[in-house]
Amino acid sequence: MRGETTETTEAAADVAGATMRESSAAPLLAVRGLSMRYPTGGPGPGGGALTVLRDVSLAVAAGEFAALVGPSGCGKSTLLALIAGLEAPAAGSIALHGDTEARRLGRVGYMPQRDLLLPWRTALGNAAAGLEARGVARAEARSRARALFADFGLAGFEDAYPAALSGGMRQRVAFARTALVSGELLLLDEPFGALDALTRAGLQEWLLEVWARLGAACVLVTHDVEEALLLADRVYVLSARPGTVRLERRVPLPRPRRLELLARPEIAALKAELLAALVAEQAGGARRRAAATDEGGAL
Amino acid sequence: MKTVERRDSAGASLSDEPQRVDQGHGLSLVTARGLPEWGTVRRRAIRLGRTGGPALLALAILIGLWQWYAAQPEIDPQFLPTPVAVWAALVAQRDILWGHTLVTLWETAVGFAAALAAGVAFATVIDFSPWLRRALYPLLVTSQTVPIITLAPLLVLWFGFGLLAKAIVVTLVCFFPVTVALADGLRSADPELIRLYRTFGAGRARIFWSVRLPGALPALFSGIRIAITYSVIGAIFAEYVGASAGLGFYIELKQHTFQTAGVIAAIVVTALLSVALFTLTALVERLALPWYYRGRN
Repeated sequence: MRGETTETTEAAADVAGATMRESSAAPLLAVRGLSMRYPTGGPGPGGGALTVLRDVSLAVAAGEFAALVGPSGCGKSTLLALIAGLEAPAAGSIALHGDTEARRLGRVGYMPQRDLLLPWRTALGNAAAGLEARGVARAEARSRARALFADFGLAGFEDAYPAALSGGMRQRVAFARTALVSGELLLLDEPFGALDALTRAGLQEWLLEVWARLGAACVLVTHDVEEALLLADRVYVLSARPGTVRLERRVPLPRPRRLELLARPEIAALKAELLAALVAEQAGGARRRAAATDEGGAL
Repeated sequence: MKTVERRDSAGASLSDEPQRVDQGHGLSLVTARGLPEWGTVRRRAIRLGRTGGPALLALAILIGLWQWYAAQPEIDPQFLPTPVAVWAALVAQRDILWGHTLVTLWETAVGFAAALAAGVAFATVIDFSPWLRRALYPLLVTSQTVPIITLAPLLVLWFGFGLLAKAIVVTLVCFFPVTVALADGLRSADPELIRLYRTFGAGRARIFWSVRLPGALPALFSGIRIAITYSVIGAIFAEYVGASAGLGFYIELKQHTFQTAGVIAAIVVTALLSVALFTLTALVERLALPWYYRGRN
């Protein structure tokens, strides 16, 4: 287990190195040795703390699309919350452009699975809400949001309330709200998880288009390997809790991406490899948790 | 657009958008801008008649039974006057009753406004500080266990027969539902939404104004609706204990002179006043929270 962790850390360092060669600077996002614990209040040594993430290292270059896949409960969402600056890690560091002290709240775009639109605001008002929360004047925020509406396929729905929008449209409004406040980095926490398969497929293609135009780097959390392969340049497989990077693979596909490309034999093989790793983790994690419960709940 | 609306309402639909026309009645639905057309208004009136009809019928039957029973020769009108006698008292005393109604309404308004201001302030304060919540919430609940019946005479003793004592009673009655409703509404804000706003770089104050307060308004209005129905009763009760004007004072006066028809007439006015205030609240709520009622019909 130790060896694997080292291998992936080196891989992350490789990415950092590659970016450094390209732009002679630190990568956009560098996560090093990140660990996270939550106190559980339960009995056992260590005050009953639950280790959610252990020694996670990864790097995302400017404009890169990274996907994190992992079994449920492996701490994927916690990792995004840490990168967003919502929580402080127990150990390790997160750096933007090599600066570990950089304030990330208000600088990194974050989009949770639920659209979380405000029911009392129109679609336009919701799209502008992020900018307004940042202190941008209302009129200015709205005119910037309005400019995105055509590209986002929302033209004509500026004055509609969220209750009148379909699930896919609500998600696009939510994405617009996040896109307007995210500078160079977008964190997407299973943004399409709650949608039906057809809407989801449509939105994946749409996201690829929009992302190409935004030029921001993306970190996508998903449990769908196919989604990761379709969208990302690089896929990280996280282990079962406590989550750590178990596998890291580049996706050797040209852009623009299309769904048909996934049928290529090398991609099929990659998919099989990622799925196998994922399934092994899911099973291993369940076994480990069962063993830990037998020992009295302490991990 | 206006001419089209008129033609629609006249039944001769010339609208060039047939999908908007309700075939059964030839009434159009809603304009593109979301304003109700005349046809919608008329349909709403019909619906109101349909929903309000049974209540009016039940009321008419009750009044009829009352009239029949009270008109029996062995019933003393001082014991139970007929609805016709109550109506006669209402008409005969209308100027005097109107004057007393205005006094009661003013006391209610002042007391309610104070309760609303205090309740909003109190709920906001305990929402911002968990320590203050723990300190003040039990006191708030305990304050409601003090029966107003025992407190009202003391308030009259301390603050006199004027407006102040009555307004304080109304405030005491209304404060609790307003505060609890708003405090719970603020507390029930979606934690994920708050996290999202934090990633926008928003601080506590902005999150309060943009997320928590607007989201708590439906709950606040629920509290206001409860409070407003109690408010008139509070004012009447305080007047009953000691006053020189107001509906409660009028009722007490009529009771002492065994003018039962006058007592019931004043009770009818009280009920109408409460219903009017409740309706006004519901109206304000609909205007203030259109998003909350959209798609709920």
